[in-house]
Amino acid sequence: MLFLVLISSGLLLGWSLGTNDAANIFGTAVGSRMISFIRAAWIASIFVIIGAVFQGRGASETLTSLGEVDALGGAFTVALAAGVTVFLMTRSSLPVSTSQAVVGAILGWTAFTGKGTDYSVLTKIVSTWVSGPILGAIFAALLYILLRNFLRRTRIHAIKLDSMIRIGLIVAGAFGAYSLGANNIANVMGVFVPSAPDILLNFGLFALDGVQLLFLLGGIAIAVGIFTYSRKVMETVGRGVLALTPEAALVVVLAQALVLFLFSSIAFSNFLMSIGLPPLPLVPVSSTQVVIGAVLGIGLIKGGREIKLKTLSGVAIGWVTTPVAAGVMAYFSLFFVQNVFGLSVTYALPDPETEEFVAPAIREGLRQVNMILPGLLIATMLIIALLIFLFFRQQKLRLKVENELLMQQNRLFSSQKALNDLEVNTIQMENTMLSNKLEMKRQEYNQILMNINEQRNFLESITDELDQLIGLKDIEQRDKKLRELLVVLKQKMSFTKEIDDFYGKIEDLHQDFMFKLTDKHPDLSEKEKKLATLLRMNLSSKEIATLMNITPKSAEIARYRLRKKLGLKDRENIHEFLLQL
Amino acid sequence: MIAFKQANKSIQLIDSFLDTIDQGAIIFKEGVKNYLYGNREQFVDNLKTLSSLETDADIKRRKIENIMYTQSLMPQLRGDIMRLLEDMDAIIDQAKKSLFQFDVEVPKIPAELNQDLIKLSELSASAIESVVPAARAYFRSPEEVKEKIHRVYLYEKEADKQADSIKRRVFQELPIPKLSEKFHLRYFTLHIELLSDAAERVADLLSIMAIKRSM
Repeated sequence: MLFLVLISSGLLLGWSLGTNDAANIFGTAVGSRMISFIRAAWIASIFVIIGAVFQGRGASETLTSLGEVDALGGAFTVALAAGVTVFLMTRSSLPVSTSQAVVGAILGWTAFTGKGTDYSVLTKIVSTWVSGPILGAIFAALLYILLRNFLRRTRIHAIKLDSMIRIGLIVAGAFGAYSLGANNIANVMGVFVPSAPDILLNFGLFALDGVQLLFLLGGIAIAVGIFTYSRKVMETVGRGVLALTPEAALVVVLAQALVLFLFSSIAFSNFLMSIGLPPLPLVPVSSTQVVIGAVLGIGLIKGGREIKLKTLSGVAIGWVTTPVAAGVMAYFSLFFVQNVFGLSVTYALPDPETEEFVAPAIREGLRQVNMILPGLLIATMLIIALLIFLFFRQQKLRLKVENELLMQQNRLFSSQKALNDLEVNTIQMENTMLSNKLEMKRQEYNQILMNINEQRNFLESITDELDQLIGLKDIEQRDKKLRELLVVLKQKMSFTKEIDDFYGKIEDLHQDFMFKLTDKHPDLSEKEKKLATLLRMNLSSKEIATLMNITPKSAEIARYRLRKKLGLKDRENIHEFLLQL
Repeated sequence: MIAFKQANKSIQLIDSFLDTIDQGAIIFKEGVKNYLYGNREQFVDNLKTLSSLETDADIKRRKIENIMYTQSLMPQLRGDIMRLLEDMDAIIDQAKKSLFQFDVEVPKIPAELNQDLIKLSELSASAIESVVPAARAYFRSPEEVKEKIHRVYLYEKEADKQADSIKRRVFQELPIPKLSEKFHLRYFTLHIELLSDAAERVADLLSIMAIKRSM
């Protein structure tokens, strides 16, 4: 328990690393909503833990060789001093890196305990602060050129490319998280390594020693940081600082992952040595500074317009200010811890002549624990829990889809109902129109019937009169009666009412024409307008005379006068003229 | 994979949408020609085809929008892409509206203007036909967009000149007695010219979008 309390400062550092550095890996993807935060957090957490547990040893050993913080009290104080320095400098908006703070704090510890500093190791570490971002820039530039040429050649459709990059960002993010865990776990737990418990847990497929268990705890702390607080940072970083195109984001994440991987891979270091090249130092490097280097590399390829000198100078200043601040903070903290709280911050230094390196797995007094059965049990329980979760999630999704379908059907039903109502209304309107038409027709037929009756009565009265006249002997009387009959007949021949009806219908049909005629020739009389309408219908003078109740001669004269008023020349046809009007 | 399946589906829809716009430009050009030469039946046929193309374009655009938002495709660029598709859809809407106006208002066009109006409609249609490959290039090789849109600007400028010349002839040279008829002709010239302006708007949008997309 005391052990857990004393490594709490390291766990706090891990939490802080998780909140900030996970954004360098998944910031763009989450900020641009290409991957959901939950998915990114799971991938990052799992791979950070795997990287920390299985590849975290290399960088930790370098830190230990800089200064082996051999007492838990000292390790606690060093990690706390580094954590407080990072916190204070972040609050003051100063560029800071956890890696450099930890190195500064260790230097503070060596100064306080007087154990001396291995300057060759220090030089190695400091050189990686510079070479990390530079390597990031070189990798990013190369990857960027490769990707750009590949895309230009393949001409992949933007939407397909988007899907590919999405998958690429997940894979690169997983690699980045693995490398982050492998490289940066040294910052979190490196100072506690000398105080790691002598224990070996055997899980059958693999075994975890005390240091790896320590790294597992550190990895979990980073994962907690990712889940609890990195969402906001990812969204801020994704939309602000790293608002890159998805292609460039992929390059940056890959470059960062490669650099962190190279600075933590023992296998790669061995490989370099096997081919006669100097090995890369296994040192924790700042992922943020590598990302800055990668963005700078892309900026250089693009022509250097996007390079911000202020950011670069901030990084360079950070190389000096962070270790100095952390060193001073560690020195004074160690003083307080040792003298005020009475905690031991170091043990007696073993004689380097007699000390020999003992591998953790075969160290004397090492407690071996068989974890195969509990491991299997835990794995089974986890799988069952996962299956239950997936089952309920599936049910939830199915219900959601069913609800949506139901809502869609409801919407469809409402629109169909509205459409039906509309159709019913239209049919009702059509019915009303048809009944109106029917009524009009009925009235028309009644009128015709009445006309027929009226004419029949009239003709009957004429035939009766003529019958009486045939029998009349008085010639004078008969002539008088005949003249009266003629007058009656002439009066009946005027068809005034019918002609009025006829004109009414003609005017309705030629409304536009009448309007244009009045507009162009406002001096025309009503009779002349009627004549023009009849002429437009191409009626003969005789027909016009009948309709206007005048003689054909008068119709001819009226037509001549109308031509004059319309300003027609001799050869112009009045009918065509009126048609074109 | 589901992601690729949806991506392929939306790619097909976008290609088909662009084909529809391209066909719309050709039908519009033919429609104006048929109206001017008095081929009533062919004109009505063109009008029907353009109308169905316009409906097709609307449906495809909505489907693309639906897939892009539900599948979270191109989260950074989909706003721009949807605006591009909307602006291109506006072109075919405008073309359909113009052809309908010919059908409804039956403008009396002097035979002397036939060739000029045909040239104007061809220039406007060419601007549209040139903006379609530029839009295609945006999706596959954004760096080629610039070399494609310069044609759109050229056709648009030529269409402007042609429209000015028609308006000048209508108001200054041709013996058209009624002012209302002159206005009517100017109105139809403007509507054909507006198509090239719409194509130019799309070209402007494309040039900015291409810069955003270039790596």
